[in-house]
Amino acid sequence: MRVSLFITCYNDTLFPQTGRAVVRVLERLGHTVDFPPGQTCCGQMHWNTGYQAEALPLLQRFVDQFRASEVVVVPSSSCVAMMREHYPKMAATLDDPRLTADVEALLPKVFEFSEFLTRRLGLEDVGAFYPHRVTYHASCHGLRSLSLGDGPLRLLRAVRGIDLVELERVDQCCGFGGTFAIKNADVSTAMLEEKISAVLDTSADTCTACDNSCLMHLQGALHRQRTGVKTLHLAEILASDELSPYQDAAP
Amino acid sequence: MSEGPLDPTTAPTFPIAARAAMGDAQLRNNVRHATNVIQAKRARVVDEMPDWQALREAGKQIRQHTMRHLDIYLEQFEANCTRAGGVVHWARNAAEASRIVVDLVKQSGSDEVIKIKSMTTEEIQLNHALEAAGIHPYETDLAELIIQLGNDQPSHIVVPALHKNRQQIREIFQRTMHLPQLGDQPQDLADAARIFLREKFLRVKTGVSGANFLIAETGGVCIVESEGNGRMCLTLPETLITVAGIDKVLPRFQDLEVMLQLLPRSATGERMNPYNSLWTGVHANDGPRAFHVVLMDNARSEILADEESRQTLNCIRCGACQNACPVYRQTGGHAYGSVYAGPIGAILTPQLQQMQHAQSLPYASSLCGACYEVCPVKINIPEVLIHLRNQVVLQNTAGIAGLFDVEAAAMKAMAAIFRSERRFKAAQRLGRIAETPLVRRDQQGLGWISWLPGILGGWSQARDLQQMPQQTFRDWWEKRSNHDN
Repeated sequence: MRVSLFITCYNDTLFPQTGRAVVRVLERLGHTVDFPPGQTCCGQMHWNTGYQAEALPLLQRFVDQFRASEVVVVPSSSCVAMMREHYPKMAATLDDPRLTADVEALLPKVFEFSEFLTRRLGLEDVGAFYPHRVTYHASCHGLRSLSLGDGPLRLLRAVRGIDLVELERVDQCCGFGGTFAIKNADVSTAMLEEKISAVLDTSADTCTACDNSCLMHLQGALHRQRTGVKTLHLAEILASDELSPYQDAAP
Repeated sequence: MSEGPLDPTTAPTFPIAARAAMGDAQLRNNVRHATNVIQAKRARVVDEMPDWQALREAGKQIRQHTMRHLDIYLEQFEANCTRAGGVVHWARNAAEASRIVVDLVKQSGSDEVIKIKSMTTEEIQLNHALEAAGIHPYETDLAELIIQLGNDQPSHIVVPALHKNRQQIREIFQRTMHLPQLGDQPQDLADAARIFLREKFLRVKTGVSGANFLIAETGGVCIVESEGNGRMCLTLPETLITVAGIDKVLPRFQDLEVMLQLLPRSATGERMNPYNSLWTGVHANDGPRAFHVVLMDNARSEILADEESRQTLNCIRCGACQNACPVYRQTGGHAYGSVYAGPIGAILTPQLQQMQHAQSLPYASSLCGACYEVCPVKINIPEVLIHLRNQVVLQNTAGIAGLFDVEAAAMKAMAAIFRSERRFKAAQRLGRIAETPLVRRDQQGLGWISWLPGILGGWSQARDLQQMPQQTFRDWWEKRSNHDN
């Protein structure tokens, strides 16, 4: 299958290793990956913060870039949620029948990364090896907007060598919420503290998720508190195998 | 404890009030404990319902249909209530509603009223209006009594004294009921309240209630409660005055079949409320001789006119969103500066203020969606929050002042960057250079930022930020593609 990758703006800039891992997994499974170069951002930050006029052109850009794709894979549950929950309404706002039709045709072809593996390809074992104690944080958008359910956990359970531990109160938000973390920093920090203590209770050395935005938030506190626990996008765990196991970034 | 009534027109912004609330460790423990208990009870009785999702959908459809034809159902209610011997009054706003109630109480010849817990009367601060007119209101719901005697404010729609624990309640009762020996067991506290209230029930001739539902088809009113105090207030007084928002109407008696399943399970985790009272007009030798309903608008018509956010009015005040909300769980209710706290308060309060106050509330959410998930009538609270945020932004960016809004300027710059991949690539390079002075190496030799300037400082107060990698994904991809060719 020819898979178009929408890397998302913050993964592109801050977490390129996640994108490389997605490419690695998909190619290992025999698929061809392409990367439409005009892609930038889905518009989530603007839309969710109240800047609707600024978000609308980004919808048009996304559609232009991916209109011709067979499938679109996105390693970010919140960006996919943004598209599914808001793109149809945004297109309607613009009152452009062609755009509305394009969005309608495109959305069923857009998948969050783990969703693509479990629902579109029907896979659980993707040949990964990651001999670590791991806990999984269910990002709110993955959990509630995309209803990922136990899909990511089934992928993780099939990883060789993994010691998967359940996170207490797994349905609780980590407190990121985009600009919420800055506008309501105190409340966000209090929510983060609860999540961090749940992560530490698992004694895992790795906390994973389908969304680097939550992980960046968790990582920020895990590093500040010198816990030694690392955060890794699910794709990076699935990309790790015996031939080329995961390695920490070199300074 | 909240100082003075919760008034969105004068309340501090949410981040400031939240910081103060979170400094109270006892409050946070009480709120966390109470919301945990109610959430667990709710989950148990919801999970046992095989048709829960169908019920939610039915609830949503009923409420949506009602709001679409609210004018018709309100007039139908008025006609049927009047026919049954009730008197219907219309109030445009809080002041008008309070004035009507004060006049009715005076006409009843009483200078005291017994009250059933009612968020609508909290919304309009009716007790203040009554006291100003020399009328003493007695709250008869246990939690509302605690709030009243403690000179406090409600912090939850259903469990207004949720922020207090037993020891704190004992202290209030000891002081205000002059019971120095009172214990702190639930039985002790309930007994004290019962003795205190019983005398009021038997003496006071005028009752004031809210309404859970108004039934258009019959002109009847429905109140559900757990303590029986409501039943006392509805049956013993000679005059009964019910204050209800115009959003409380249901078309048919039959609609209660859906609502009376959704409401108790969502609100208190009970299969059915212990007391379900339904009454229609007045009856000779049975119950109050005079019955008044005050139908209050108070900005509800404006909310109804907004296609995007009118679903706010579908709310049946169960409070499930408050218990589920991770923000509310940290701050409790008073931080919202309104009697309507939590997610529903974050959308209802600014709209009741016609977006002139409480503009920080739509941002008091991480948009995690837990509220939408538990809402018994499927109000998409995150969607409404985003819509209201847009209204706030439009206000903030209007006119000359808007040109100096730092956040808006940053957002517009970011949007311009995202509109072109060339500009995006340039911004990525520029970002790496700009952050360099802030980067420090950790023990592993990796670059981290522990301090950020200006509005970004909220991030770095508790979190580090990893240095941007030297190569973006698109640079890697480009290099790889060139290599392959």
